[in-house]
Amino acid sequence: MLQLISLLMENKPGALMRVTGVLTARGYNIESLTVARTLDPELSRMSIVVDIEPNQRAQLIKQMNKLINVLQASDLTEAPAVRRELVLVRVRAGMKDRTAILKEAEIFGARAVDSSVEGFALEATGDPEKLNEFIDVMRAYGEIEVTRSGLVAVSLEQKKLKLAPPIQKEEGVLQNG
Amino acid sequence: MLLSGAKIVLECLAREKVDCVFGYPGGVMLPLYDALYDCPIRHVLVRHEQNACFAAEGYARSTGKTGVCMATSGPGATNLVTGLVDAMMDSIPVVAITGQVTTKLIGSDAFQEADTFGITRSCTKHNFMVKTLGDLPQAIHEAFHIASSGRPGPVLVDIPKDVFQAQAHYTPVSHIHLPGYKVYTEGHAGQIRRAAQMIWDAKRPFVYSGGGIVAADASDELREFVELVDLPAVTTLMGLGSLSSEHPNFISMPGMHGSYAANMGMTETDLLIALGTRFDDRVTGRLSAFAPHAKIIHVDIDPAEIGKNRAADIPIVGDVKRVLARLSQALVETAPELKNKNATARAAWWMQIKEWQREHPLEPEISMDEIKPQHLVSEIDRLSGGEAIVASDVGQHQMWAAQFIRFHHPRLWLNSGGLGSMGFGLPSAIGAQFARPDKLVFALVGDGGFQMSIPELATIANHALPVKIIVMNNGYLGMVRQWQELFYNNRLCAVQLDTFPDPEKLAGAYGFKGRTVERPRELRSALETAVREPGPYLLNVRVSPFENVYPMVPAGAAINEMVLGERETVSS
Repeated sequence: MLQLISLLMENKPGALMRVTGVLTARGYNIESLTVARTLDPELSRMSIVVDIEPNQRAQLIKQMNKLINVLQASDLTEAPAVRRELVLVRVRAGMKDRTAILKEAEIFGARAVDSSVEGFALEATGDPEKLNEFIDVMRAYGEIEVTRSGLVAVSLEQKKLKLAPPIQKEEGVLQNG
Repeated sequence: MLLSGAKIVLECLAREKVDCVFGYPGGVMLPLYDALYDCPIRHVLVRHEQNACFAAEGYARSTGKTGVCMATSGPGATNLVTGLVDAMMDSIPVVAITGQVTTKLIGSDAFQEADTFGITRSCTKHNFMVKTLGDLPQAIHEAFHIASSGRPGPVLVDIPKDVFQAQAHYTPVSHIHLPGYKVYTEGHAGQIRRAAQMIWDAKRPFVYSGGGIVAADASDELREFVELVDLPAVTTLMGLGSLSSEHPNFISMPGMHGSYAANMGMTETDLLIALGTRFDDRVTGRLSAFAPHAKIIHVDIDPAEIGKNRAADIPIVGDVKRVLARLSQALVETAPELKNKNATARAAWWMQIKEWQREHPLEPEISMDEIKPQHLVSEIDRLSGGEAIVASDVGQHQMWAAQFIRFHHPRLWLNSGGLGSMGFGLPSAIGAQFARPDKLVFALVGDGGFQMSIPELATIANHALPVKIIVMNNGYLGMVRQWQELFYNNRLCAVQLDTFPDPEKLAGAYGFKGRTVERPRELRSALETAVREPGPYLLNVRVSPFENVYPMVPAGAAINEMVLGERETVSS
C-alpha cells in the first residue's frame, strides 16, 4: 500500500541517504521523493511515497525517527494533509490542435509555460489522480513527454516538534541534559 | 592555541578520557600517527583492521567505556566494516576514526580511496565525514556522545588527510547540540504503575532480560526486582552475567539452545517481562507460537524495538536501570492484599519450573574415552568460578559455553551475539585484557574462528598479554556440520578442517607456549598449566568431532518444540 511520509531533517550531506537507506535496506521501492530547504536553511522537508505493507508502517516511521539527522518523521497517509504534485508536459501539436489543447489545459487548471511551433510546455498541479487524467487527455493529441515532481504534502495538524536540548560539555565528560 | 587537525583529534580523545586505541596506520593516517608519537594515549597495533574493531569491542564490552579503533582510508576502512556491523547488532559503543584521501582528491578514484562515509552509513549508528577543520572537534565529541548514550552503537568519523594537516586555533567544545537525537530515559510513570499492577496480577510471571541490562549497568536493579516478587528469570545470550548464574531465580539462557525449563517457562508464562531485549528470532523461535498465553511488558530505550517483533501490552520506553528502580518501588508500594492475591499460584508456577529443570537439566556430558566439548567448558567454568572473562568465538563452543560457564557479574561474557562473526573471540579477548589487566581472560575459540584470527597471536606475543587461548578443536565447522547432519541428510559439504597447525610450534613461533591435549584425564591439568603460565598460552583441545549442541529448536519451530538429544524430541 502506498504510504506518504513527511520528514523534517537537517540539511546535511548524507541525510537523504540515511532516510532512503531505511527503505532500501528492507527492499522497498520508492515511488516518489521530493526534498527542499525550509525557511530555516539548516533544515529540509522531505516527502516520500513508498509502497510498503501496512503492518510495517509504524516500524519504518520509528526507524526514521531514530536517525540523528531526522528531527521528525510522520506518517501522513491517513492524516489530514494537503497533497499536491506538479507535472510538466511537453506536447507536440500541429496548428490545428493548438486551440483545443489550450482549452483542455484550462479545464485542468494547467497553463502554458512555453510555446513554439513544435507545440507547448504545460504546467499543472493537483492531486496525482487529477494529473493522471490530464496526462491521458494530452496523450490523445500525440507524442508527449512528462516530468512529475512527486507528491509534496503539508500536514493540516499542529504537531508539536520535540527536539533534544543542547548538552553542556564539562571537564571532558558529556552530561546528558 | 594553534594545533594541527591530528593534534586536535588526540586532544578530543583525551577529553573523552580515552586511554587506549586499537589501530593500523596507513598513508593518509601518517599525520595522525605522527601526532600519536608524542601522545600519552596507548596505541595497540593489531595485525588486521577488522581485529582493531573487535578489540575495541572487547574493550567496550568488558568495561562499558567506549572502545576506539583507527584505520587508514580504502582497504583499512573497508576492513573495519564487519566489526562495525558487529557492534551495531550488539549495541556496543565504539568510535572508529578513519583517514580519507585529501579533500580535493575525493571522488577521483585516488590511491586507497573508498567511499567510507557511504559504505559505513548502514553499519553505524551515525557517521561523519569532516571536510573542514572547524567541524572536527564537534564531530569527535558528537561521535562519542552518540556512541555511548541511548542505545549504544558504533560511530565512524572519516577525516581527510589535509584536515589532519591543517592548523587552527583550538578551543575546547563547550556544548553539543543534536536536535534530532532524542533519548527517552525516564519511562512513563503511568505505564510503570500499570506494569506493577500487572505483575502482581500474574499467576505465571517470567522475566526475559537481555543485553540492555548490561548496557544500562542495571544488574543490581534487575536482582532487586526479581527478588522482590521472587520472579523466575532468563537472561539472553547477550545478558549472561547480568543476573548471576548462581542466583536462585536464574533459570538459564532461553532460545534455540536454551534449556528445557527456560523455553517451557517462556511458552507457558502468562506475563512476560521483557527488559532491554529485542525478541530476536534465535530467542523466540517461530514468532506466532512464542509465549502464546502471555501478556507482554516491554522495557527498552529504543522505541523502534517496541512492537517490532511482538506487540507489547505495556510498552515502556526508557533506560531500563531507571525504569526497574521505579518499577520495584511501585511494586513495594502496592497494597498487601493485592500482593498476596496470587501468591499460591506463583508458588505452584515455581514448582512447575523446578520440575522442568529436574526433568531435563542442562548437564555436561563427560566420557572417559574422549574429551567431550561440554567437559571442556565445564572445566573452564571450574577454573573461572564465575569470575573470569570469557571471550568466545562463534559456533558450537559459544553455545556450550553459554550453557555451562557461570558468570557472577556482567561484562565477563563477551561474544558476537547478533552478527555471529567468526574471528571475534581472539581479538575481543585482546581488547578485554588491555582494559582489564587484572583479570583472567580466556579466548574460547573453535578451530574455524581461531584460524580466522591467527595473525593476532603476534599482537598477543608483542604485549605478552596473558590471554589463555583455548581452541575447542573438533576438526569441523561444528555448527554448520550439525545443521548438515540434522537437516541436510548428513551430506557434509565444506565443513571439514583437515589441517590445523601444531599448536606447540605455532605458539613457539610467536615465542610462547602451546600444546595439544586429547585425553580426558589430562584436560584438567592442561588447563591449570595454561592458567598458571604467566604469559599467553595456546591450548588446543581435541574434542569428539560429532557432538551436537542440545537442546535445539530447529529453524521455524516453536521454542517448546525442542530436540533434547539424539533421539529425544518434545513437541507441543
